Amino acid sequence: MTTALAMPRINPGRILIWTLLFLGGVIMVTPLIFMFSTSLKTAGQVYDLRMIPAAPTLDNYVRVLSDGRFLRWFFNSTFIALTVTLSNVFFDSLVGYTLAKFRFRGRYFVFLAILSTLMIPTEMLVIPWYLMSAEFGWLNSYWGIMFPGMMTAFGTFLMKQFFETVPDDFLEAARIDGLNEFTIWWRVAMPLVTPALSALAIFTFLGNWTAFFWPLIVTTSQDLYTLPIGLSSFAVEQAIQWEMIMTGAALATLPTLAVFLLLQRYIVRGVMLAGLKG
Amino acid sequence: MATIALRNLVKSYGKTDVIHGIDLDIADGEFVVFVGPSGCGKSTTLRMIAGLEEVSGGEILIGGEVVNELDPKRRNIAMVFQNYAIYPHMTVRQNIAFGLYTSPLSRDQKDARVTEAAAMLGLEPLLDRRPAALSGGQRQRVAIGRAMVRNPAAFLFDEPLSNLDAQLRAQMRIEIKRLHQRLGTTIAYVTHDQIEAMTMADRIVVMRDGHILQSGTPSEIYDSPVNVFTAQFIGSPSMNLVPGAEVAGRIAVQPGGPLLVGFRPHDLVVGAPEGAFTVSGAVTAVEPLGPETLVHFESGGRPVIATAPGRMVPAVGSTVTASVAAGALYLFDAATENALGRR
Ligand SMILES: Nc1ncnc2c1ncn2[C@@H]1O[C@H](COP(=O)(O)OP(=O)(O)OP(=O)(O)O)[C@@H](O)[C@H]1O
Ligand SMILES: [Mg+2]
Repeated sequence: MTTALAMPRINPGRILIWTLLFLGGVIMVTPLIFMFSTSLKTAGQVYDLRMIPAAPTLDNYVRVLSDGRFLRWFFNSTFIALTVTLSNVFFDSLVGYTLAKFRFRGRYFVFLAILSTLMIPTEMLVIPWYLMSAEFGWLNSYWGIMFPGMMTAFGTFLMKQFFETVPDDFLEAARIDGLNEFTIWWRVAMPLVTPALSALAIFTFLGNWTAFFWPLIVTTSQDLYTLPIGLSSFAVEQAIQWEMIMTGAALATLPTLAVFLLLQRYIVRGVMLAGLKG
Repeated sequence: MATIALRNLVKSYGKTDVIHGIDLDIADGEFVVFVGPSGCGKSTTLRMIAGLEEVSGGEILIGGEVVNELDPKRRNIAMVFQNYAIYPHMTVRQNIAFGLYTSPLSRDQKDARVTEAAAMLGLEPLLDRRPAALSGGQRQRVAIGRAMVRNPAAFLFDEPLSNLDAQLRAQMRIEIKRLHQRLGTTIAYVTHDQIEAMTMADRIVVMRDGHILQSGTPSEIYDSPVNVFTAQFIGSPSMNLVPGAEVAGRIAVQPGGPLLVGFRPHDLVVGAPEGAFTVSGAVTAVEPLGPETLVHFESGGRPVIATAPGRMVPAVGSTVTASVAAGALYLFDAATENALGRR
C-alpha cells in the first residue's frame, strides 16, 4: 500500500471472489461450530438449534473423557499417526534420495514400479491387504493398521523430486570429506529438503489421523480402534445422544485444528511444493 | 603433501572416450593449473584424481600409491568446487569444521584448526554467520577453509573463481597463491581463464579434446607454444596469426602461404622501425587503454591487433603500418598447425 488514505480499489472480480470465498468459508465452518456448540449442550437442548448454548456445560467432556475407551482410542490414533509419519519421513526420503542421486541398474524400473502404485485406488488394495494380514496374523494389531502406509509412493515421489534439486557438489564435497553415504544423506541432504519433509510429515499425519476405511476393516477389537472408528461405533451405541457424539468428534478434531493453526505456514507452502494447488 | 601421477589415464562414458590416455607427473608442493576450452576434460580429470569418477583405464598415483580403487575419503585430498558447496543450513564455523567430521582429533584440536584456518582466511568476524549472509568471495573462502582444516595431501580446485566478479577474482588469485606459498601443499587447479593460469601456476597443463597438448611453466608455454592452439590460448589479447611465406630470407604476409605467422599484439607496435616483419592495413577499431592503445586492422584477410604506444590513437579508417621486432615471431606449419620455431 502506498498511502494509508488510498481508497482500496473496488474491483468487481475481487468482490465476486471474496463473496464466493466467504460463502465457502461459512459453509465449511458452520458444521464445526455446531459440533462445538452441541458438545456444550445438555441432552434436552440438543434440538434447540441455537448457536450459543443457553447454559453451556462441560459435563459431556467429563463423561467422554472418563470413559476409558475414548482415551485409549485417542492414544491409538496418536501412536499410529506418529509412527506412520516418522516411518514415511524416514523411508520415503531414503528411497527418494537413492532414486534421485544414485545411478544403478534397474533404477528407472524401480521408479516406474513405485509410481505405478499411485494409480491404484486404495479400495482395490484393501482385499489383498486384508488377505495378507489374515495370513500373517496381523489382524487386530497396530502393525496391521499401519503397514500399508509405512511408506507411500506419493511421499517417495515427492522426496525424489526434491532431492533432485540438491546440487551434486554438496554431496561430493561431503564424500571427499570422508562421510559415509548414510551420513551424507542424513547430515547434508536431509537438512536441505526440510520444507518438503515438513509438508510430507503434515500430510501424512493428518491423513492417518483421519483414516477410516482400512482401520475399520482390519480391527474388530475395540481396544485397537482409532478415533474415527471409535467415534462411529460410539455413534451407533449412543444412537440418539448427539451431544455425546459431538463431544467425541470435537475432541478428535482438536489435534487436527491445532496442527492446522500452528503449522498453517508450512501447510500452505507444502501444498504449493507438492504441486497440489490444482 | 604428496606427488600425483597420471599414467595413461583414460575415461570413457559408454563408448565415447573423453580422456584419451594422459600422462602427467605433479611434483610434491607443485601448483599445476589445467587449462583448456569447455568440454576438454579438465573437470573429469580432476574428479578422477579426487575419486568422484571411476577410472576407465590407466592409473592414478598419489604419494606413489595407486589409488584407482580407493574411495575419495581414503585419498586424503580436499576439493573446492565452483559453486563452493558450502552448506546453507550450517554456520561458517560448522561448515569449516565439517571438513573434520570424520577426523579423530579432539574437540579442542578441531576448534583450534578451525580458528587457525579462519584467521588465515580473514573469516573470524563471520564465523557465526550462515552462507546466505556472505558475499561470493567470502563463501569461496569458507570452502577453502573447509578444505584447509584437513591438512590434505593435495588440494583440487575446479574453477573456484569463475562465479566471482573480475576484481574479486584478481584478489582471490593472489590469496590462493599466497596460501599455496604458505602451506606448500600440492595443488591441481582447473580453470579456463588463461590469466589465472599464467599468474598462479608453477606449471600449466594445456588440454584439448581429452589430450594434454603441452605442459610447462607459464613462460615456457608463453614463449614456446607447441602449436597454434596453445599459442592462441595463452596470452591476452590472443596471438595474431596471418598466412605467410618465407621470401628471400624474410617472412612476409602471403595469403594461402605455407606458414602461419604468429605475433603477440604486444609485440606488434604501430609506427615502430622496420623489424623482422611488417604488416599494414586500414584501422577498423581502436581501444585506448591509457598507457597504450589496441589497434584493430586486417592483414592477409585475417584480423590483427597491434599496440600503439603512448597517447597515439590512430583514426578509424586510416592506414597504419606496424612491425614486429626480430625474435618475436612464432612460425607454424599452415597444414599441421605445429610450431616451427621462433624468428
Ligand atoms: N556423465 C557424463 N556422461 C557423458 N559424457 C560426459 C559426462 N560428464 C562429462 N561428459 C563429457 O566429458 C567431456 C569432458 O567434460 P568435463 O566436464 O571434464 O569438461 P571441462 O573441461 O571441465 O569443461 P568446462 O570448462 O565446461 O567445465 C565433455 O565433452 C562432456 O560432455
Ligand atoms: Mg569443468
